[in-house]
Amino acid sequence: MKLPIYMDNHATTPVDPRVFEAMRPYLTNVFGNSASRNHSFGWEAEEAVEKARKQVASLIGATSKEIVFTSGATESDNLALKGVAEMYAEKGNHIITAATEHKAILDTCKRLEKHGTRVTYLSVQQNGLVDLDQLRGAITDKTVLISIMHANNEIGVLQPIREIGRIARERGVLLHTDGTQAVGKVPVNVLDDNIDLMSISAHKMYGPKGVGALYVRRRNPRVQLTAQMDGGGHERGMRSGTLNVPGIVGLGEACALAQVEMPAESKRLAFLRDKLKERLLNSLDEVYINGTLEHRLPNNLNISFAYVEGESLLMGINEIAVSSGSACTSATLEPSYVLKALGAGDDLAHSSIRFGLGRFNTEEEVDYVAGKVIEVVKKLRELSPLYEMFKEGIDLTKVQWTAH
Amino acid sequence: MAYSNKVIDHYNHPRNVGSLDKSDPNVGTGMVGAPECGDVMKLQVKVNPETGVIEDAKFKTFGCGSAIASSSLATEWLRGKTVDEALAIKNTDIVTELSLPPVKIHCSVLAEDAIKAAITDYKKKANPIPAEAARV
Repeated sequence: MKLPIYMDNHATTPVDPRVFEAMRPYLTNVFGNSASRNHSFGWEAEEAVEKARKQVASLIGATSKEIVFTSGATESDNLALKGVAEMYAEKGNHIITAATEHKAILDTCKRLEKHGTRVTYLSVQQNGLVDLDQLRGAITDKTVLISIMHANNEIGVLQPIREIGRIARERGVLLHTDGTQAVGKVPVNVLDDNIDLMSISAHKMYGPKGVGALYVRRRNPRVQLTAQMDGGGHERGMRSGTLNVPGIVGLGEACALAQVEMPAESKRLAFLRDKLKERLLNSLDEVYINGTLEHRLPNNLNISFAYVEGESLLMGINEIAVSSGSACTSATLEPSYVLKALGAGDDLAHSSIRFGLGRFNTEEEVDYVAGKVIEVVKKLRELSPLYEMFKEGIDLTKVQWTAH
Repeated sequence: MAYSNKVIDHYNHPRNVGSLDKSDPNVGTGMVGAPECGDVMKLQVKVNPETGVIEDAKFKTFGCGSAIASSSLATEWLRGKTVDEALAIKNTDIVTELSLPPVKIHCSVLAEDAIKAAITDYKKKANPIPAEAARV
């Protein structure tokens, strides 16, 4: 086993060597512009892009004409929300999303609000899931789009997309889902799930960074978008810009591998995740799992070690790459807004660690990580005045703190 | 973010971790911060009433590595100082000693607050305001 151990696969994943091999020719000899229609260099590139388009479409139950390549999920989210808001402005100006969405959705919504779009941010239940009745109640005759992520990037919970899609369909509203964390990890089918638009990222599923896709439904209903980038009219006019051929080939290969390997891989990762969870729960008291375990990505564990601050824990396990919802680890110095949205209290957000298991993690690594985390949590609790007070039976919520 | 070697050293080998008897009249206890803010420091001093010298100092901290290091360093500095010398410790001294980056300055402020709170508590115990005087 080699150190450091990478267990932050929600942030990004390494490129699978098979993906890299598929990309290699397109980084070297096969360099054509896929839009060059009159020579073999262009044709070869175009052929590779179309193969990748089929691979992406196949993974999600779409047709290849419904796949628009982008630079990644952030761009896909922007294109979906802004493109729909602009295209359907005459029909309505209301979008519904949720408080726990990725910033690529929330900040796009904030910008749209400045331009007259009305946005409803649904709260989530304590288990991290949106309340379907609340969603139904939020839909008005001005609602044009619901955007709810498939899997959450912090707590890994899977939203009831199929039900949300059914509600959207009944009310004649489009459904966009940010599929960044879900696609390639759990089965996603745009037909069964009534998804009209879906953002996809390559680097979360062992593909390269800088490439992604937006699924845009062509039939029942035909979704139209106003392009957000002006130029040569690539991607059926929805996304101008010379195609990132090697990246797209990598995305396609990553999707093809995921499609074949998902059943076995998700089972293996769920086993490792559950082993990690059991060891932590069995060896430590006052440990809380954030978000429902029942509807969750197989590779995610988000857990709060009460009375231990997240950044100090990361410092103690510095040969293990994971993330924390602690304010000290964020650029904004605010604790995770996703964990705050669960209503568990800021103190548990400060104490949270996100484990993101991946294709290349081994059972030996999981054993090492569990042992190390247990050791460091115990050490830090020896240092923690809060743990001492808890052990003395003091109710910490009744203490007069000097907030600063 | 990279930590300075001194922060890492205090984190790996925290000095003077523990608790002193809160009810001892010679012990001053300071607790500053809040769990929802992500850091709480408890700092205690034991003062020799004859000499006014801090004979022992202990801490426990819930917080990031820099917060742990700041309070650990504070206990090291407090031992052997008189109460008045202790009050002269500034957060900027801690920043300099530990090479704290700007985002971690609040950890040093918290440590200074903890020192002041512990000594205030000790002084209150040593010179209780007489009930009569308090009423005036």
